[in-house]
Amino acid sequence: MATYRSIRDLDWSLIVVALAISALGILQIYSATLDTVWQDAWWKQILYVGAGVVLMWLISKMDYYTLMDHVPIMYGISLALLLVTFAVGTTVFGSRRWIPLFAGFRLQVSEFIKVVIVLLVARYLTELKTDRLELRDLLKLCGLVGLPMLLVMKQPDLGTSLTYTPILVVGVFLAGLQWKHAVAILVLFALVMPVGWHFLKDYQKARLISFMNPDQDPRGSGYQVIQSRIAVGAGGMWGKGVTRGTQTQLRFLPVPHTDFIFSAFGEEHGFVGVIVALGLYFLLIMQIVQNAQMASDRAGVYICMGVAALLLFHMFVNVGMVVGRMPVTGIPLPLMSAGGSNTITFFLMLGLVNSVRLRRFVN
Amino acid sequence: MKLFPLKVSTPSSPIDSLRDDTKFASTKIAIFQYLTVGVFLFLITGFWELQVQNEDVYNQRAERNRIKAVPILAPRGKILDREGRIIVDNQPTFSLILSRENLREEHLKPIAEGLNLDYAELVDRLKRFRNRPRYEPIVIKEQLTPADLAFVEAHRDSETFPEMELIVAQRRLYPKNGFAAHLIGYVGEVSEAELNTTEFVRFNPGDIIGKTGIERQYNDVLMGIDGQRQVVVDNRGMQREVLAIKDAVPGKNLQLTIDLDLQAVAELAMEGKRGGVIALDPRNGEVLAMVSRPTFDPNRFAGRIRSEDWREIMENPERPLLNRTIQAQFAPGSTFKPIMALAGLESGILDDSFTASCSGGATFYGRYFKCHKKSGHGRVDLHRALVQSCDVFFYTLGNRLGIDTIARYSEMVGLGKKTGIDLPHEAEGLVPSSQWKLRTFREKWFAGETISVSIGQGALTVTPLQLAYAIGGIATGGVWIRPHLVKDRGPSAPARRVDINLESAAKIVNGLWGVVNEGGTAAASRLPGIDFSGKTGTAQLASNTVLKGSKLGQTMKDNAWFVGFAPREPEIVVVALYEGGEHGSWAAPIVRDIIKAYFDKKARKAEGKQLLATTAINR
Repeated sequence: MATYRSIRDLDWSLIVVALAISALGILQIYSATLDTVWQDAWWKQILYVGAGVVLMWLISKMDYYTLMDHVPIMYGISLALLLVTFAVGTTVFGSRRWIPLFAGFRLQVSEFIKVVIVLLVARYLTELKTDRLELRDLLKLCGLVGLPMLLVMKQPDLGTSLTYTPILVVGVFLAGLQWKHAVAILVLFALVMPVGWHFLKDYQKARLISFMNPDQDPRGSGYQVIQSRIAVGAGGMWGKGVTRGTQTQLRFLPVPHTDFIFSAFGEEHGFVGVIVALGLYFLLIMQIVQNAQMASDRAGVYICMGVAALLLFHMFVNVGMVVGRMPVTGIPLPLMSAGGSNTITFFLMLGLVNSVRLRRFVN
Repeated sequence: MKLFPLKVSTPSSPIDSLRDDTKFASTKIAIFQYLTVGVFLFLITGFWELQVQNEDVYNQRAERNRIKAVPILAPRGKILDREGRIIVDNQPTFSLILSRENLREEHLKPIAEGLNLDYAELVDRLKRFRNRPRYEPIVIKEQLTPADLAFVEAHRDSETFPEMELIVAQRRLYPKNGFAAHLIGYVGEVSEAELNTTEFVRFNPGDIIGKTGIERQYNDVLMGIDGQRQVVVDNRGMQREVLAIKDAVPGKNLQLTIDLDLQAVAELAMEGKRGGVIALDPRNGEVLAMVSRPTFDPNRFAGRIRSEDWREIMENPERPLLNRTIQAQFAPGSTFKPIMALAGLESGILDDSFTASCSGGATFYGRYFKCHKKSGHGRVDLHRALVQSCDVFFYTLGNRLGIDTIARYSEMVGLGKKTGIDLPHEAEGLVPSSQWKLRTFREKWFAGETISVSIGQGALTVTPLQLAYAIGGIATGGVWIRPHLVKDRGPSAPARRVDINLESAAKIVNGLWGVVNEGGTAAASRLPGIDFSGKTGTAQLASNTVLKGSKLGQTMKDNAWFVGFAPREPEIVVVALYEGGEHGSWAAPIVRDIIKAYFDKKARKAEGKQLLATTAINR
């Protein structure tokens, strides 16, 4: 069972692409926070990327089966930490998402749970060992993923909680979701949506409304979308240059180093820069998918595809929001947005992918 | 290269047995890959649309975001008196402007409350600016008080009301207590109705323009051209850098013909009275003093007047906004007699042998007309008739002349039409004639009506300015120069010369000299050493059209007039209208005071002494 593993066997193209994206992110964080209260965010981000790389390497050395073994414990700890977040969480923008740590650092549990969800879905579906998913199992898995989702939604943090769904969706899709179940779920959603509307917070409703018609409320929720589109559009073909974007530098763009970092990037680097960055992301996702294809077993496939689906979802929602094609949900751009919890979480996932890769030659 | 030994799960682990089939889902993975390509194409088209297809559009919007134009308001020109003393000054104050680009509706109410503004008026105001470009800010309050400034400074940050912006404005500083208020006028924001007139069509909403008086007449001279500062601002509206400055061009100063010293004397003489006083130099048409009472405080109009203040002034039955020197049209009473005399002399009817016998009244066309002196004046010639103001003499003269001759000479001296003074809204007065009667009432003129007109009653009305202009022209021997208030800039209309017999003029002047100096009706106003001449007038209000409907009992009393000038070839003509003054001899002291001040000042100047302004105009 023991296989030969060397540091050479790590997926170096994956790592190089990920580090290139991180470097673009750090540069953009530097530019976007110049002369602001967040101006030390760029070197903090370097620390996070460094920590992420170390953790990625450590995870890649562990057998993903060992990790899956511990899913029940990790799942339990996750739920417990979410409850702790409710109790001692720091409230920012009216939402309790963070557990304060030492020296001003704080932990966003809902980010790390993504890793647990990936492993949970992989283990559950691997144990089923089926190509035809039964309704009972489907509902059970939905329940398992749904519980932390509900807790995160309650923080409230709709955006992050929604990022758990692509992992689940890709998992059940690969595990043989039956057509009738898929249709039933879609119908159910269509029915539940109008009811669910009433459970949304006012600001969430406003965001959705302003997404439909941003010019109706140019200073309210629509403001962010409008300013983001202006920033991107003003970037033009070649961009305004690092630290030269007026939308970013004069702070018309909201949170230009976190959720809207790609708007700032688009303004300062233009369409050409955007194509390069999106190209890197595309390579990243395709590289992960390739690892899924080369995985030695179902569990590896589920893990890699879960990570790929999560990344794709993040790109779709965050970058879609930047160009005004998706509503404002407040989820970060993977590897670029400033922030410790999300940066480290994505490197942990890349560690999972490498763990699968390193164990692809069974027997 | 062997790395650290990795922990591997034991074969007994239940999951371990599941290391099995690969490639179980290759089709589905391929589907995912296509999905990924689709998502990325979806995103790239988004950037294509914004960055490649619409780069210019968004570039412009980004520029509009960061570049703000802040107006630099041009100060209006100062208004000076004939000696260069300041009458109207400017005072720097702060105005609050709202930038509509980042205006939020729900902020209006708290802003209105914080600044003591009427919310409905504010909303209304914003509505009126709807057609203006959004980058153009709107002034919503001027002359901010320290409390207002504190409110603005405390609330203009981005979290509260970032739309508020302070600019320096020059507030108009008028003399206090309504000093010279009518001739100066006041400024105010151009109204919607005014914007639709040809006079004001070139202005924009929010512009401060002259509304009345000199401020309006010479608005183009006084008004400067606003400048602009283009600044780069951040999302809080904080200025980061100045891109360009277009300096404001200040308005030009305006020098009036008004003499502040005489004006002050006139103001003082009219204190507590109702009416008007005008002093002009008949040699060149320069107006030296112009006072109308009651007055108003133009400083209350200097900014945006509060509606209750406006109502209070508009609804005042005394009509303080009326400039009585050019707008009050009253029967001139006996002050019309010099003009009657001119008509008689020039038409040849009033020759040396013409006398009348006054027994306290006379009957014409079956109606008895009283003289103001019940016991009668006996036999009177022109000179005595003027000195004693004998009505019967002028009844007789008027009867001989007929209304149309009277009208012709009245018009010759300038009655019945505007003098053309450089002030808006001058009234024309009325000179009745048979044609006028036919035109207006479709009736024939009755000869009996001529009798009333002969002593300045009946339908005849004049303004104080017209009277001063007419008498001044007669006294200067038939030269009428258009009155004006502004030095050098005034309408340079050539003098209107009428070939009148200088002997006739001298006879009239002699009579008027007698009124003051030969124990006439104004004997009490004699000025030793000064050839002060004049004519009293007491006019009944039967023909009063201006104040008709007024409930004040005072208006039922007779108006007192006096027209005076000095010396015999006059340098100064003064007309005083004292409404409800009952007798012309009560108006004479007003004129006397001004004439005396004029010659006192002249004497002191001749002595080479610098005259200290007797005026106590405080602003």
